Amino acid sequence: MAEVLVYVDHVDGSVRKPTLELLTIARRIGEPVAVHLGAGADTAAPVLAEYGAVKVLTADAPEFADYLVVPKVDALEAAVAAVSPAAVLVPSSADGKEIAARLAVRIGSGIITDAVDVEAGDEGPVATQSVFAAAFTTKSRVSKGTPVITVKPNSAAPEAAQAAGTVEQLAVTFGDKATGTKVTSRTPRESTGRPELTEAAIVVSGGRGVNGAENFPVIEALADSLGAAVGASRAAVDAGWYPHTNQVGQTGKQVSPQLYIAAGISGAIQHRAGMQTSKTIVAVNKDSEAPIFDLVDYGVVGDLFQVLPQLTEEVKARKG
Amino acid sequence: MSLRIVVCVKYVPDATGDRHFAEDLTTDRDAVDGLLSELDEYAVEQALQIAEDADDAEITVLTVGPEDAKDALRKALSMGADKAVHVEDDDLHGTDVVGTSLVLAKAVEHVGYDLVVCGMASTDGTMGVLPALLAERLGVPQATLLSEVSVEDGKVTGRRDGDAATEQLEAALPAVVSVTDLSGEARYPSFKGIMAAKKKPVESLDLSDLGIEADEVGLEGAWTKVEDATPRPPRTAGTIVKDEGEGGKQLAEFLAGQKFI
Repeated sequence: MAEVLVYVDHVDGSVRKPTLELLTIARRIGEPVAVHLGAGADTAAPVLAEYGAVKVLTADAPEFADYLVVPKVDALEAAVAAVSPAAVLVPSSADGKEIAARLAVRIGSGIITDAVDVEAGDEGPVATQSVFAAAFTTKSRVSKGTPVITVKPNSAAPEAAQAAGTVEQLAVTFGDKATGTKVTSRTPRESTGRPELTEAAIVVSGGRGVNGAENFPVIEALADSLGAAVGASRAAVDAGWYPHTNQVGQTGKQVSPQLYIAAGISGAIQHRAGMQTSKTIVAVNKDSEAPIFDLVDYGVVGDLFQVLPQLTEEVKARKG
Repeated sequence: MSLRIVVCVKYVPDATGDRHFAEDLTTDRDAVDGLLSELDEYAVEQALQIAEDADDAEITVLTVGPEDAKDALRKALSMGADKAVHVEDDDLHGTDVVGTSLVLAKAVEHVGYDLVVCGMASTDGTMGVLPALLAERLGVPQATLLSEVSVEDGKVTGRRDGDAATEQLEAALPAVVSVTDLSGEARYPSFKGIMAAKKKPVESLDLSDLGIEADEVGLEGAWTKVEDATPRPPRTAGTIVKDEGEGGKQLAEFLAGQKFI
């Protein structure tokens, strides 16, 4: 059976959920071979095996942390040469997309980004994408070279499937371009204790209707009761009520959770571009004419300051 | 010595319009008005600021696209770029991102550059990979997704707002950078700028000028193939209730029914 390379997104060996989703997707196409770069392979390998990695290729070197993306491209290129995979799957993170892109040019292949699903096809993997603010769903494939596909978080539910997970060292020679862009400092994003916005299964977002930074705790309280991430519309971010890192929309983050709750958000096209692939959409807004109501599975026309606290209490009560 | 800056911009269908695919599954450019991709305005702005801080700099704005794409160049020229290069060729129709990076790389080399500035992504394809592809092809460092950028002593430095961390980057010129929408509001063209733009040179290039064969680009030469594009079925109308004191509880009931609680 053909092997499929899966690039492992991790923090010191703690594997992030989108990678487990990729391993699950990779099994539809062939046998997943995980590529773990940097420290922590010992911690990561058993987890990768549990989710179906038949092999874990590892390499560790200071270059991976000290320079931007290119050393990882060198390593992935070496992995492609070692394995001759049927496809290379990479999480659709900022780094992931850039690594995938450079790899594609190196190996003479096409690239598809932000797939929301990948299936096996007669002529290679077929990727589903959601485009033009989710107005269209496309199916595409890479027609030249080894398909390189980046996949959005929440595109599959991770399913455990124990495999051998044999750890092998990957020999990597860094090219002279590997050290071109130096990372002179790195500050991990301060943890809010909430899930990462793009990976969260549930997102609660606030917009203009929240009417001030001092009112965002209403959004946060609901999010915390649901174990959700907090998002904000551009209007709320531009007004300085919430950090830009939480902005959902065309010029912010694209999210695709199981449940998206929009509170006090009218639903301008730019916002819709960032959340329209959410599986279930709920909105609370005073204005019954707000375009967001065209998208919802369930909408409440009402004051978010009445509805959200009541919902939060109800969620807490039901969760006991 | 003059700092040569090339800004890559894209002419995109207006995102507020009703965007469609044409019969050959390329973007239907006739269906909706086009404009300079909003995220590229930030690139033009940063290029202008870098040029203002340099002793001597020249900004060339570059695009690959159909005849109408000149509008995007005019906008950038009216903001303050010095000259423009338009790569236009019938054989480019249907070129994908890998092909576009080839064309842009050849055009950037044709113009001559110390610094290439791009937006973080286009507002139509939204892939966000073009700057990295361009750096790979040019064989120069990439300093991408910068929310702050400065150029000094032959080096570009900047702050990258990544997924999990904020990083400070440093690379020697020549280099490719991309800037995010956090880099600073783009200026509006002044009347004077708009009038001046009409007199600024726009060089037109075709594939043969760049030494690119027709089969390396276009729909036939694309590295990816769109096999199917389906309009999303209209959502079945959702349930909408008016809050009369029980809205939160009703919503909780819905969420419980969907197994979210």
